[in-house]
Amino acid sequence: MKLVAGGVVKGGTSLDYKTGSWRDQRPVIRLELCTQCGRCEMVCPDSAVHYVEDVYVIDVDYCKGCGLCAYECQSEAIEMVKEEK
Amino acid sequence: MSQVMVMEGSEAVAMAVKGSRPQVIASYPISPQTHIVERLAGMLADGEMDVQYLKVESEFSAASAVSGASAAGSRAYTASSSQGLLLMTEVLYASAGLRLPFVMTGVNRTVSAPISIQVDHQDTMSLRDSGVIQLFVESTQEAYDTHIAAFKVAEDPHILLPVMVCMDGWILTHSYERVAMIEQEKIDRFLPPFKPANFLDPLNPKTWGSIGEENVLMELRYSIQRAMELGKSRIKEVFSELAEITGRDHGGLIEAYKTEGAEIILVAMGSMAGTIKAAVNALRSKGEKVGLVKIRCFRPFPYEDIWNAIKGARAVAVIDANLSMGSEGAVCMDLKAKLYGKTNAPAVIDVIAGLGGREVNEATIQDIVEKAKESLHSDYSLKEPYWAGLNEAIVP
Repeated sequence: MKLVAGGVVKGGTSLDYKTGSWRDQRPVIRLELCTQCGRCEMVCPDSAVHYVEDVYVIDVDYCKGCGLCAYECQSEAIEMVKEEK
Repeated sequence: MSQVMVMEGSEAVAMAVKGSRPQVIASYPISPQTHIVERLAGMLADGEMDVQYLKVESEFSAASAVSGASAAGSRAYTASSSQGLLLMTEVLYASAGLRLPFVMTGVNRTVSAPISIQVDHQDTMSLRDSGVIQLFVESTQEAYDTHIAAFKVAEDPHILLPVMVCMDGWILTHSYERVAMIEQEKIDRFLPPFKPANFLDPLNPKTWGSIGEENVLMELRYSIQRAMELGKSRIKEVFSELAEITGRDHGGLIEAYKTEGAEIILVAMGSMAGTIKAAVNALRSKGEKVGLVKIRCFRPFPYEDIWNAIKGARAVAVIDANLSMGSEGAVCMDLKAKLYGKTNAPAVIDVIAGLGGREVNEATIQDIVEKAKESLHSDYSLKEPYWAGLNEAIVP
């Protein structure tokens, strides 16, 4: 594909790049401890925490495993688990 | 009739910028650039111009602000000098890479240490390889005209690069000269509003500055190189288009002054060219065949035009008001590299002169011409640069 001067490219394409593959640890939410405060969703730098059908879930396609959600969770309901193949 | 006024060089630049109708100006003061942005702020305060004037907290921010404004599709302007240009450097490489066509004034002043606010070309030379087009001016009138041309050069769809007009600090910015203004309607016809094909548009989102590694970076660099090379003819066209409007022809990429039949030719940039012209006239009246090539456009480097002007000469002395420490003057390096392999090329000597405001007067030029004559009898090209006016007795 021909480049545009200045390397200008189409915008709004972040969903096309599944950056979850960069991750070496994943957050696991223990729903029994979760108070649904929403802090994890608020602090996630990748917008990879969503509220779906009354629970918080991690979108592993985009979660890079930074651990901010687990660090910020006041109920210690999120645990970072090593990714293994 | 165009209005002729006596004004400070900085004011002439401010008038040219105002006439070019920028939409965004970012300013951070530093001597000897301050009067330019101060005057522009005054014009805004007095209701003489309508512009977003950003008083930023550093030169880094000034370069960033005009880059953002330019990406958003605005005509933008900033100015700096010396350490300020060094602080802008990181941003300016990116601005050129992103092909953002704003205009800036690089008011030439040396860089620390020792601390000095006096003129030489060391500061803008540090941006030599950045992709910013560099135009040098000799006089206040040329500074005025060149700033207006600079916007047209920068915004040309085949060029799209930042343009820096380099003008000698104090000598040009703070001296008063007669300057002929161009009528606003003529400027407007010459320089229509900036309408880039690509700009930051919320309705049609695009990304500037995304990652671009081994698969695209070389091609994007090559496109800048090609824009510079092809831009040479476009820059000449823009200059002559403006010359037709003003009746003032400062030359193309270079000005060849009395180079016809000259045996010795001096090559220089900036206000020094005025002194050299006076020295050339004096030497010519004594029958000495001396001429001058004034480089107006340093990047892209106009080696074809320089070659055409110097090819009949026997010796060329390049006067560099800068130094690539550990090598030689930057202009001389460029010229010698392009002369390699040319048959009957003149002998070339590099002269380092005028660093940190050291005076370059007619006697200095006559001394340099004598050195150039000596080079005819020895292999001077291989020697170290000649330091004009160096006081050996105090060198530590």
